[in-house]
Amino acid sequence: MTAPYELNDDSVVVVIGSGAGGGTLGNELAQKGIDVVVLEAGGRHEYDEFTNDEWASFGQLAWLDNRTTSGSWLVARDFPNLPAWIVKAVGGSTTHWAGASLRFQEHEFKVRTTYGEIAGANLLDWPITLKEMEPYYDKAENKMGVTRTNGIPGLPGNNNFKVMKAGADKLGYKECHTGRMAINSQDRDGRNHCQQSGFCFQGCKFGAKWSTLYTEIPNGEATGKLEVRAKAHVLQIEHDDSGKVTAVVYADADGNQQRQKARAVCVAGNSIESPRLLLNSASSKYPDGLANSSGQVGKNYMRHMTGSVYAVFDRPVNMYRGTTMAGIIQDESRFDPSRGFAGGYEMETLSLGLPFMAAFLQPGAWGRSFTSALDAYDHMAGMWIVGEDMPQESNAITLHGESKDQYGLPVPNVHFDDHPNDVAMRNHAYTQGAAVYDAVGATRTFPTPPYPSTHNLGTNRMSAKASDGVVNAHGQTHDIKNLFISDGSQFTTGAAENPTLTIVALAIRQADFIAAQMAKGEL
Amino acid sequence: MKTIDKRPKLSRRGFLAASSGAAVGVALVTSAGVVSSPSGAWAMEVTALKPETMATLIQFARDIYPHDQIADRHYAKAVKGHDEQAAKDAKHKQIIEEGIANLDRLAVEAGSPNGYSDMGWEADRTAILNQISSSNFFQTIRGNLVVSLYNQKEIWPLFGFEGASADKGGYITRGFDDIDWV
Repeated sequence: MTAPYELNDDSVVVVIGSGAGGGTLGNELAQKGIDVVVLEAGGRHEYDEFTNDEWASFGQLAWLDNRTTSGSWLVARDFPNLPAWIVKAVGGSTTHWAGASLRFQEHEFKVRTTYGEIAGANLLDWPITLKEMEPYYDKAENKMGVTRTNGIPGLPGNNNFKVMKAGADKLGYKECHTGRMAINSQDRDGRNHCQQSGFCFQGCKFGAKWSTLYTEIPNGEATGKLEVRAKAHVLQIEHDDSGKVTAVVYADADGNQQRQKARAVCVAGNSIESPRLLLNSASSKYPDGLANSSGQVGKNYMRHMTGSVYAVFDRPVNMYRGTTMAGIIQDESRFDPSRGFAGGYEMETLSLGLPFMAAFLQPGAWGRSFTSALDAYDHMAGMWIVGEDMPQESNAITLHGESKDQYGLPVPNVHFDDHPNDVAMRNHAYTQGAAVYDAVGATRTFPTPPYPSTHNLGTNRMSAKASDGVVNAHGQTHDIKNLFISDGSQFTTGAAENPTLTIVALAIRQADFIAAQMAKGEL
Repeated sequence: MKTIDKRPKLSRRGFLAASSGAAVGVALVTSAGVVSSPSGAWAMEVTALKPETMATLIQFARDIYPHDQIADRHYAKAVKGHDEQAAKDAKHKQIIEEGIANLDRLAVEAGSPNGYSDMGWEADRTAILNQISSSNFFQTIRGNLVVSLYNQKEIWPLFGFEGASADKGGYITRGFDDIDWV
């Protein structure tokens, strides 16, 4: 039973965004009996509406509002108005994600201590430890049905994984398996098991992959304490004279502005929109934007060191069949500065359909060198490389000086330059990725540049001291006690692992904190 | 498990047409406003652009993304949108007409008096493309083509891509792990 709340009901907690952070937080609060309104900018597409068609799905799910880019990253050249490949729909990017659910390593919560000072990097230790996170990782893994946890078997390996595994074995890698995936390997939690259909990025048509769309959100709605408003695009957060936030202004499906009053506001719009919203909410009291006394809102944008390696073989692979991210090599995720860089990276299988392979294998390329690669599409195997990138203050989300969106608000500009550590890590990963495939007889390999960012992190970062970041260890902003950040933008650093599990674990933890604060009368 | 055949599927009628000796070749302008293949297997009406421009554009598209297994009609379909856009947008029409005229001019300079499409070797045409690859015209055509060509479902089997699978129950019983050589 969906709970309808009045616009002037100032007892509700307003959550902005319905993805891994917002969708989870909304449900967790509702389960505790707290009244929640989730405002989601995108529409609601249940999983039977998803399509196994890359461009059609992109049109259905992707966040396509105008954004600009700057900096030396190739995305700014090749996809100048698409810095990120993320979702505008109920469920957020959990509709699109691949499902990899890895815990951070202990040292990745304290990288400033572990790595020391790295020139140009704005490194900071998290104000939380792995030990403090473990109970929440346990809850998140159980909630999401992560394989290789809670007695859940791993997924079966597909063709793409089998090529990776054979190469990993020949190179002597020890940690290669079909991953810890939030994709059901057996029926669980009222959801199907994986049918190996591929097209994980286009939304799982079987509901086998965990998404807040068909887990957290309906579970929360069933309590009668959660209302999800789709096509509610938040424009501004308002505050009173004391500085506490009081309401959220949004454009509804018809473009009309509405004002939802709030007891507390939790921002989970992903790492571009979340800081943009704080900056666009500037007022005479907060001229630099909300919660920005540190000046760190929008700064330290991270996108993970990424890239892909595709390889062609003399015999067929058909990598696109089955789970998109079907396996992982974890041996390079360790901290080992003897390789010439700090931090580590994961190698995870990946495949794209033919249309996206054409667009992303080597953006801008043309001619026989490129088309002969595509001619071998069904003889290809592929992996994504994903590692820790260095936070840099100059990598930032800022408000564009001239360009405005459909609501008249400045569009976000995303500036990014690789840090030398990122470049060194990527080169190492390209070499190792190619070596995996060469070991199984690849006739040709391709070091594919990063795609528009899927992991967007760090732009409202967590810090022990208010002067170093935007939020405290609970995602509560240092400056405004009833304003929270609930998505990956609160990451202090990015770690090597795919971020969703940690976003979910932090959201569960934050819900406990908010409930406790409310019980104490602090919120 | 082999679920698709990468060979182009031709109907008997199509096969007869193809075996008439002109399945592949430069698109022709056969009458006012119509571009067609030499074999007559397909024809396309052009409304805003000059038919000669469209014929050259089809060759240009093939030279950007050359796939010998893909018939001209797919390249024609991929660039047809430029004619539609040119009909609505004079600036776009100008970009295309001037861009193709420039291609022909460069070809003449390179020793091909009858222009770009008359250059016999792909390598000679590619040399022209290299001269203009950073131009707005080239990037406009290429950026559009990378979607309009490769998003044609009819050509996916030629690459061994099977497309949508959910309607067939996924690949769980259809070869997701059938690799037999690793």
